[in-house]
Amino acid sequence: MGSSFEVVLRTDRLGRTVSGRAIVQDVSIEVRQGDVLGIVGPSGAGKSSFLRLLNRLDEPTSGTFFLEARDYRQITPRELRRKVGMVMQTAFLFPGTVAENIRFGPDQRGERLEDGRVAELLRQVGLDGFAAHPVDHLSGGEAQRVAFARAVANSPSVLLLDEPTSALDDLAKLQVETVIRDVVRASHLTCLIVTHDREVAARLADRILVLEGGRAKRIGPIREVLNVEATS
Amino acid sequence: MWKQLLSADVLRGLGQAATAAGAAVAVMLLARTRRIHVERETTVALVRGFLQIVIVGWILALLLRGPSWTSIPILAFMMVAAAATSARRAKRIPGAFRASLYGIVVGTGVTIGLMTLLGAIDPAISTLVPIGSMLIANAMNTNGLALDRFRSEVQAHVGHVESALALGAAPETAVSRYVQSSYQASLIPAIDNLRSLGIVWIPGLMAGMVLSGSPPLYAAIYQFVTLAMIFASSGLTSLISTTLISAHAFSPAEQLVLRPGPET
Repeated sequence: MGSSFEVVLRTDRLGRTVSGRAIVQDVSIEVRQGDVLGIVGPSGAGKSSFLRLLNRLDEPTSGTFFLEARDYRQITPRELRRKVGMVMQTAFLFPGTVAENIRFGPDQRGERLEDGRVAELLRQVGLDGFAAHPVDHLSGGEAQRVAFARAVANSPSVLLLDEPTSALDDLAKLQVETVIRDVVRASHLTCLIVTHDREVAARLADRILVLEGGRAKRIGPIREVLNVEATS
Repeated sequence: MWKQLLSADVLRGLGQAATAAGAAVAVMLLARTRRIHVERETTVALVRGFLQIVIVGWILALLLRGPSWTSIPILAFMMVAAAATSARRAKRIPGAFRASLYGIVVGTGVTIGLMTLLGAIDPAISTLVPIGSMLIANAMNTNGLALDRFRSEVQAHVGHVESALALGAAPETAVSRYVQSSYQASLIPAIDNLRSLGIVWIPGLMAGMVLSGSPPLYAAIYQFVTLAMIFASSGLTSLISTTLISAHAFSPAEQLVLRPGPET
């Protein structure tokens, strides 16, 4: 085991119960710098709910989590969300241009993202020259790549990806998946990727967390976990 | 006593009320043939509206003989009732009543006070209360429209609001677009009223002034004065309530609480 400094994100019996129903229960995991953790499980297993707790879009009702060794309650929600970026299933781009969307996060802190950095991010996601394009002219795959670049533009310590390809057609799915894999590897990003498709998890992640009924059923290196799952 | 209460004018008014209510019931029955059932709501609204306005008429008849300061508690009561009515439009937003009350009290209170000081409203109770009630009623409608629109806009754009939050935006930034559109939408009736004044409609106040012997030109100008005041008070009310309500759509940890349906 490495030093605690390497652990970027640690959850300790993290859970959320709503109206007496446990959506996420006692999930304890560690994610190290540069790790890509795939989160899989059947529909309703609590995968997306777990991610929403880490970005604090929903409030944990039990346990806690630590970002870079700091308890989440010691970090303001805005600072936490800047450091724990999130890409949702649908792009949800804001009206305006692609560049305005990319700049949205830094703008919130009064930081102006240079044109060069915007162009570089767009090149990384395969949308070179799209900066001035209005977002309502983009295809689903292009919009999702902009949403990904918009989250990366905030320079997060951890990036949460919630089924980023599930709403796309096969070709767009492949393009977005390639972009995610290339950018994550090149930038050495720490990532948690929720997917219902174990093949996607196998292609993108180093380790895998299997959630069932809101609980962590299994966690470990991807081949190991998938082999155990296949034989059990 | 009954002779006094049921004067020829009152009997004539009751007959006219029955005729007008008959027209409303006929529309209700017409809707029923199209399987649109509004019988209960319409009947309750008709009976309630009639009783309320008759009671108010009696109270006004008594109060109009009183000192002019009595208009303050009357208008204050109207403001509270208006806030409660329009807050029902935003049932799922915590603090809707408080936001509505602040909006209506400040929006109409400032307009009524300023206009009275500047001489646009006669401080006599017989003028202040009817004009004030017009301002409050319109502010109530504008406020209700604004809150209803805000609720539906936010609930229809939960993904956009949460995407903005997830990128580190402040709650007020995440919903600013919907505050703006709610404000604009709520003012459409007031703007249309001003725009169509005298062309599409001749409002009741002007008609009443002409019937009671005021010069028609003065009645026409004063009608414009009233509608301009309605616009000012409604606009201020809506501006305050939408600004306040946008903060109530979030938890202290800046999570969106104004969401459609239960959490899954």
